[in-house]
Amino acid sequence: MQGYVWKFGNDIDTDAIIPARYLNTSDPAELAKHLMEDADESFPSKVKAGDMIVALKNFGCGSSREHAPLAIKAGGVACVIAHSFARIFYRNAINIGLPILESPAAAEKIEQGHEIRVDLAAGTIENLSTGEIYQAAPFPPFMQTIMDKGGLIGYVKWRLESEQS
Amino acid sequence: MGMTIAEKILAQHAGKDVVRPGELITARVDMVLGNDITSPLAINEFKKIGVNRVFDKDRIALVPDHFTPNKDIKSAEQSKLLREFAREHQITYYYEVGRMGIEHALLPEEGLALPGEIIIGADSHTCTYGALGAMSTGVGSTDMAAAMALGEAWFKVPSTLKFVFNGKLQPWVSGKDLVLYLIGKIGVDGALYRSMEFWGEMISSLSMDSRLAMCNMAIEAGAKCGIIEPDQITLDYVTPRAKRNFTPVYVDKDAEYEKVYTFSGDEIEPQVAFPHLPENTRGISEVGEVRLDQVVIGSCTNGRMEDLRIAAEILRGKKVHRDVRLLIIPGTQNIVRQAMREGLLEIFIAAEAVVSTPTCGPCLGGHMGILANGERALATTNRNFVGRMGHPGSEVYLSNPAIAAASAIAGKICAPGEVL
Repeated sequence: MQGYVWKFGNDIDTDAIIPARYLNTSDPAELAKHLMEDADESFPSKVKAGDMIVALKNFGCGSSREHAPLAIKAGGVACVIAHSFARIFYRNAINIGLPILESPAAAEKIEQGHEIRVDLAAGTIENLSTGEIYQAAPFPPFMQTIMDKGGLIGYVKWRLESEQS
Repeated sequence: MGMTIAEKILAQHAGKDVVRPGELITARVDMVLGNDITSPLAINEFKKIGVNRVFDKDRIALVPDHFTPNKDIKSAEQSKLLREFAREHQITYYYEVGRMGIEHALLPEEGLALPGEIIIGADSHTCTYGALGAMSTGVGSTDMAAAMALGEAWFKVPSTLKFVFNGKLQPWVSGKDLVLYLIGKIGVDGALYRSMEFWGEMISSLSMDSRLAMCNMAIEAGAKCGIIEPDQITLDYVTPRAKRNFTPVYVDKDAEYEKVYTFSGDEIEPQVAFPHLPENTRGISEVGEVRLDQVVIGSCTNGRMEDLRIAAEILRGKKVHRDVRLLIIPGTQNIVRQAMREGLLEIFIAAEAVVSTPTCGPCLGGHMGILANGERALATTNRNFVGRMGHPGSEVYLSNPAIAAASAIAGKICAPGEVL
């Protein structure tokens, strides 16, 4: 996948990603209308399908709300790259099939507006604007299997089916 | 090489003799929890799995506490979904308005979170039950859905950080202050992916309510869980109320920690976290002049009996400052009732505070006390992110209930000594 970057800083919390005042619905499209609103009011109108978010440390800290990665996914963001993720956001992203990569080097070097190419399977991030290539840590096989099944629900269904047969 | 408390509990629930940090395991869960914000998503995902029944109707707790009593039509629809699911699957521990409480105040009180257990909840403050010696942690709605179907969840075994609090608690210092102090030291990602264990003389002397407040905020340091080894205080609390048999888990003597932090009682005074992160802490003596528009005493962090008693001790015979709205939100219906019996509600109302039914309400900027642009609140809640209690241009400071009550009287953040 290839896309343009929106860059964010440290400790982007789930209230910034999707404020609680909008959590009276679980509709991803409705949530996406308010994506990152408290960090950047015009973000929902600026972000385009295939864009990517790059952030520094502890992205997605705070609440367990799965509405956060859902809003990012429904907002068309193809991948989130960060120096590090808060742990509940990290597992939520894997569970719902939102591509994420942890790469301190990429998070440090990639800037707003850069165009990047991401190979999820290989964990490589190519900065087309600067020519640099960064390597993210590969996912453990178990997490990769969940993602290959389209998320945790797909994984559970697959497991239940294979137990029956 | 021995195991830490989190490692031991995870190993037992995964059917293994030993687990090590970094290992990915699937483990049985003793309790699955959800609220009115996270459960509707989980219910939709549960339906996609295609199983007819939940794994165990006695091991799921559904608590409508965030936007309840429902604040608008959309949130009423969400609660309805929860209610209908609870009826369809005959969920034993569904708590309707009138019987409910803020989930993390309610589950311990109901004896549904016990030593040695694994509890997952689709709410980040599920880590609260570490105070009871459980390995409890927040997860997302999809995790909750899968656990409702299978009775298990996947975990990465965390490495453990040990925090030792030596010495005695200073006046007005509570579990809330200890946890704010340590978050101030290590930062909001200082325990990212880790288990925290709390040890030392100060921890042993903490009441159960204070321990619950402390472990509640482990997530604000990024931790997976924050655990206190069960002792007599724990057993005295859980034994009369336990809804299940339980076996406390104690640490191995040769447990291996990633790092050990040691703090001393004389360095810790009541803490205040400044906007907009819980790590921006200062001792109360270093706060300076911070005028307030609103004070909130409540939440899953500090809405328990001890918190209300402390607030009442300070508010007795006093009036809330004329420029301040003081909201007091008891954590559960039982706490409301007990506070009524002890005359605390009389003290609050005489002081011109608002006393509300249990709700998460203002803590997450949901309802019941939303801030306007430029307004400033001091809250006994757990987060002070931008826009957390309302307008993105508002500010939230965090403290313990004693500081909050005193500050409501003074109209600015201050120590209890200034108003008593």
